Amino acid sequence: MTAVLIEASVKVAVFLVLLLTVVAYMVWVERKVSAAMQDRPGPNRVGPMGLLQPLADGLKFLFKEDIVPANAHKPLYLLAPVLTLAAALAGFAVIPFGSSIEIGGRNISLAIADVNMGILYVLALGSLNVYGLMIAGWASGSKYSLMGGLRAGAQVISYELSMGVSLIGVLMVTGSLRLSEVVQLQAGGFWHWNLVTQPIAGLVFFVACFAETNRLPFDLPEAESELVAGYHTEYSSMKFAMFFMAEYAHMVTVSALMAALFLGGWHLPFFDLQQAGWSVTAIGLTHMAVFAAKIAFLLVLFVWVRWTLPRFRYDQLMDLGWKVLFPLALANLVYVGIGIAMGLPWLGGFTR
Amino acid sequence: MRPPTEWYLAIAALLFTIGVVGVLARRNAIVIFMSIELMLNAVNLTLVAYADSFGASDAQVFVFFVMAVAAAEAAVGLAIILAIFRRRRSTSVDDVNLLKW
Amino acid sequence: MSLEALPLEMIVFVITAAVAAVAALLVVLHRNPVVNAVALIVNLACLAVFFLLLRAPFLAAVQVIVYAGAIMVLFLFVIMLLDLKAELHPPRAGAFQRVMAVFAGAAFLSLMVLAMRRSRSTFAMKEVADAGHGTVERVAEEMFRNHLVSFELASVLLLVAMVGALVIARAFAETPDSQEPSA
Repeated sequence: MTAVLIEASVKVAVFLVLLLTVVAYMVWVERKVSAAMQDRPGPNRVGPMGLLQPLADGLKFLFKEDIVPANAHKPLYLLAPVLTLAAALAGFAVIPFGSSIEIGGRNISLAIADVNMGILYVLALGSLNVYGLMIAGWASGSKYSLMGGLRAGAQVISYELSMGVSLIGVLMVTGSLRLSEVVQLQAGGFWHWNLVTQPIAGLVFFVACFAETNRLPFDLPEAESELVAGYHTEYSSMKFAMFFMAEYAHMVTVSALMAALFLGGWHLPFFDLQQAGWSVTAIGLTHMAVFAAKIAFLLVLFVWVRWTLPRFRYDQLMDLGWKVLFPLALANLVYVGIGIAMGLPWLGGFTR
Repeated sequence: MRPPTEWYLAIAALLFTIGVVGVLARRNAIVIFMSIELMLNAVNLTLVAYADSFGASDAQVFVFFVMAVAAAEAAVGLAIILAIFRRRRSTSVDDVNLLKW
Repeated sequence: MSLEALPLEMIVFVITAAVAAVAALLVVLHRNPVVNAVALIVNLACLAVFFLLLRAPFLAAVQVIVYAGAIMVLFLFVIMLLDLKAELHPPRAGAFQRVMAVFAGAAFLSLMVLAMRRSRSTFAMKEVADAGHGTVERVAEEMFRNHLVSFELASVLLLVAMVGALVIARAFAETPDSQEPSA
């Protein structure tokens, strides 16, 4: 029991450090990629190629003046960014980064807590994400923030629905809620990936992820031109930095989920490493590298889409969520149901 | 060391009582609603405690249905409160007194 | 120092119970409706922890997703839309009614304690060491084998509630809001 606790703590520490570093460098990635798309150099003063820019940004946030508006409800005002960041980071616990590694004879699985209800846990944390936004909007005591918070809340719960229903298709094919099993059943090649067998579900999930993380084209709640800065208008210095970090951390989490659920997780198609006689640890680390590569690709995709598409108007956004994505997710469910009943081979992931 | 089932029932009873006091002593319609939800949750806790001590799964199914009904009731109830608020600009149940003699 | 000796479940239970009780009191006693709502969310989360301790992981997840994640969002929406500020004199019943409320609460509590005392003899804790108890598969089996009609009726109920909420919330509006979330 002690060993289990130590193992879990070490895993949590390692993943947290990795995740926060990735979040910090996402800022750099965003600025560099957007610069490339806009034909300008981007940050290149602080360190080689601007690589120390996140450090400079962090220091800036630390030293900024901390302003608390007079009308704010202090306890909830301080709670909101903490809540957002916590919900964003906690989603990482169930994602399987690889099969397992062996250290000193112990087989250590590369997921912090691979519970047998992984998908439900992810959905639960998605539901909790709403509160940080809404409470921040209300507790700031300003009209812009309140409107931003309400809009963000409505947007997130609308798209949460399509996200959940698209996951049901994956659940039906896998026959289990455990994320590592979802990954296992995508072994073998590109055509086994859930993105290929259920493309509509993958598309719906991906679009819903954009809406969940409040990224363009769905970032009306924080739109600069419309609402000043929406629900985080009245936040400054470290609290704003927490919102910032929470948004990127949430992006990383949903990219990891998308990779695990639809892009085959840590599987490297066409290479059977076990047959090649690699050690368990080497295989585990390779899996982690493959997973990280898929996450990186998705993150760049997030940034790419942000700087390409214009923002949706609020009613267009709600229409898309309820009238387009939700019926598509339901249609995918019907397709998967009929497919499993008919015994379509590419959907026959589980046989009960 | 597993807490005995009586302890779960005790905390459920306590939450239920707090809910009852809330329904009777507050006048804000929304807070009354929240106290009702508190009571429903206390009942859910009781059901799950019994499900665990008897190994029965139908108590858990019952809890599922209680949650579904609570969701439906919350939706309709809040819609009614919104409609009333539009007319009377107040959520206090004392102000909904047109049918009083 | 071995961790098996620590009564881990007990510690978690006591802490969660304390937080749940304090949160419930905040729901009922605090004057600001948003604080009431947030306190209720905390209470619901504590209940989810209880469900986990009571070997009902599926219900814990459903509790967070449905209750704490959707119903309470609805409550918060309505409170924020109505922009209920913390009133200086929160709407409370008259003093007589408040005293009677406490009496009624005490009466309920004693009733429940009495019921618990009387039924203790039938409580022989059958530690049913069933590994599948509480998992999604078990609950699904039970629900879809024995309670299928109730399940279908519950879905009809939710549909009716959705339609009803939409109709009621729009019916009196001069300028209808285009988004009324309904659970």
